Parts: sequence; structure tokens; C-alpha cells
Amino acid sequence: MKLKRNIAHSDSGFVFDPNTGDSFSTNPIGIEIIKMLKDGKDINEIRAAMLKIYMVDESAFEKDYYDFITMLSKLKLTEDEPKEKN
Amino acid sequence: MSLKRKINVAVTGLNAIDSPGPGVPVIRALKESKLFDVRIIGLAYETLEPGIYMHDLVDKTYQIPLPSAGKAALMARLKYIHSKEKIDIIIPNFDAELFNFIKLADALKKEMKINSFLPTIEQFDERHKPNLPEFAIKHKIKVPKSKMIFNVSDIPSLSKEFTYPLVVKGKFYDASVAYTPEQVATYFNKISGKWGLPIIIQQFLYGQEVNVTAIGDGKGNCVGAVPMRKQYITDKGKAWSGISIDDKKLLAMTSKLMKSTKWKGGMELEIIKTANEEYYLIEINPRFPAWVYLAKGCGQNHPEALVRLALGEKVKPWTQYDIGKMFVRYSYDLIVELKEFEKISTLGEL
Repeated sequence: MKLKRNIAHSDSGFVFDPNTGDSFSTNPIGIEIIKMLKDGKDINEIRAAMLKIYMVDESAFEKDYYDFITMLSKLKLTEDEPKEKN
Repeated sequence: MSLKRKINVAVTGLNAIDSPGPGVPVIRALKESKLFDVRIIGLAYETLEPGIYMHDLVDKTYQIPLPSAGKAALMARLKYIHSKEKIDIIIPNFDAELFNFIKLADALKKEMKINSFLPTIEQFDERHKPNLPEFAIKHKIKVPKSKMIFNVSDIPSLSKEFTYPLVVKGKFYDASVAYTPEQVATYFNKISGKWGLPIIIQQFLYGQEVNVTAIGDGKGNCVGAVPMRKQYITDKGKAWSGISIDDKKLLAMTSKLMKSTKWKGGMELEIIKTANEEYYLIEINPRFPAWVYLAKGCGQNHPEALVRLALGEKVKPWTQYDIGKMFVRYSYDLIVELKEFEKISTLGEL
């Protein structure tokens, strides 16, 4: 799953899609994930980083992560469909 | 000492109702020109057009005859105004008046040296709403299915050709979405009573409305183009706020149209972008839109470019603009002395 390259975001949680003019707001964890996606990190790297910082178990993280990714996809902020969860 | 060139520009479209004219934003862009020191001569149809009373923007205003009075009446009035003001350039901003101004363009240049930069009568005619289907075929673009109707008796059979909802449009202005034949009849009577016949019936398309303000040099080049997505839309369908977007397909479509039509002057493209990212042209307005000041805000001063083109200068096409810049429109109560209203009402100038 790739985030559109030109998606703009700020630390305040504001996300802007310059292609459509749509804007959104997300919480600090959402912004962290968006930053990592923009840096080209995959699910394994993001999972490792989040589990290191937050007290969350792997299955809870994955559920929330895929919910978030699905939402990004529905909002057309991604370049392709999210991969199926294995 | 100012190095700007002094010019006198006459501008119409000084109204600012809920369907505002482009005159005031065109003037704002010209007043902020880095090249020209512009004196604005406002041309107004009604005595309550707000631009008449905006003395920081409009230096002098004259009333001009309504388009229905014909081009001879307009020419006579412009001769009088020119004798007082020495107009260098004229920028008409209303669809309904453009026919007369286009027809007079050569005479204005020849007799009074007044420059303009308007589409040709062929360009003006072929993009008319009733001609849009033929326009689409000729220029290879997608448009929603549409047809003209001249009588309410044409309405019942529309359901055989279209799927409700439909858009009911006037030939110059106004558009309403109708969900039933009864609503079509209501809008038919309302719009035809105001703008005449025909009424254009257009298939409603679900999607996002995106618009482009652009300017063509008349040789097929797109001098500038800024796409915008409406963020807040009034009940008249007008953008009350909007944001510049980075839509390369839209820009490519604009350039293609400019090349194909060899469009001369300002224009606005109104487009529906569907969920499948298909672009349907719903209208071409043959002049700048009321939100053209956003283009200036994004780094492309289209009215200034139009003035340069009207003066016969070459203008290097813009290749970029600021993305994510917004406009938020507002209304503002001007306090006007009665003597000013009296002057424009009785003398036809202020």
C-alpha cells in the first residue's frame, strides 16, 4: 500500500490531498503512521515501530492499522488498494 | 517614481449579488498588477451594482445600455465614455453582453483605438450550452447528454431519453436540479421567464465539481490555467469558497481545448469529475469567472495577462501556480451617500 506521493500533512494532524482539494484531520498516531507510509515503510516496519512506542498487542495494532489503511484507501489517499491481510 | 505603465481599462460586471459578476475581482487583480498603473472605468447596467460605489477600486463609473438595446446603442455610449476617459482596453465580463462587444471589437479598435481580447464569434457560438454536444464531438471531449426544449409539452417524454435527476439550464445563466417532471416544468417556467428559450436539459452526473479559470492567446496556447474545487456552494450553485488543486488531467484537458479551439481570451471550464475519475465538461463560460482573483492569489494574474495580450504583447505561459490556496467569499455592506446614488441614477455616471 502506497500513500499518494503528493499528500501533505502537518504535525497538528491536518492532511491535505492537493489532487482533490480534500482535507482531513487525524490524531497523533494517525500522523505517525502517515509519515512512515510516506517514508516508504511497510507493515512490518510500522508494526515494529508502534509496538516499541505504545503499549499495544500485535493483534490489536493490526486491526486498527488495517482499519486506518482501509479508511485512507476509501478517502482515495492511496495509490493502490490495501493488500489483503494474510 | 512608478515604473508602471498607465492605462485606462473599462470593466463591466460590477454586480456582486449571490451570483456575483467577475468585474470586481478582475479589477482587484488589475489594481495589483506589477506592470500597469490602472485607472478603472466601471461600466454598469444597474444603479445598485456595488462596484459603482467602491471608489478604491473603480475610479469612475458610467451606465451603459442593456444588451437588448443592441450594439448601436452600446457603440454610441462607448463613444461618449471614450471622449471623457480615453479608454485603452475594454474587458466585458457578462455572457449576455459578449455578443455585442465581440461584434463591436473591430470598430472599437479602428475608430477609437480601444483594445480588447475576446473570443471570436465562432468560438463564442460553438460553446453555447445548446451546442455543447456538437462541440464535444468536434473537440473530442466528454459532455453529459443534453438536449434543448422549447415547450413544457416536451417535458413528459424526457424520461424516455434521460434518467432523473436532470439539470434544467437557462441559455445564459441559472441551473437547477430536477428530480421529477413537475420540477422540470417549474424550473422551465422560472428560467425561461428570466433568460428566454431554449431551456437546456442535461443529464445530472454524480461527482465532484471542479472548475478551471484559464486564458488562451488565440493561437492555441494556454497562457495560464488554475483549477479549483468548490468547497462551499450556495443554493445557486456558486462557489462561496474554493481551493486550488493539483489536477494534471484537468490541466491537460484545458490545454487540449485551448489548442483545439484556439481560444482567445479568458474562460472558465465547469467540469464534473466522476468517482471513476472521468471528466465531463458541463459548461464553458466565455469570460473570467467571479473567482478569478484566486488565480492571482496563486501566482497567475490572468486579468493582467489579458491586458498584455489586448495590447498585442507576447505573454509567456505560466507553468506553475500555488496549490492548496483557498478563497473564502464574503459580503460587505457599503455605506453610500444618497447624493452618489442620485448622481448615477440621474446622470448615468459617478
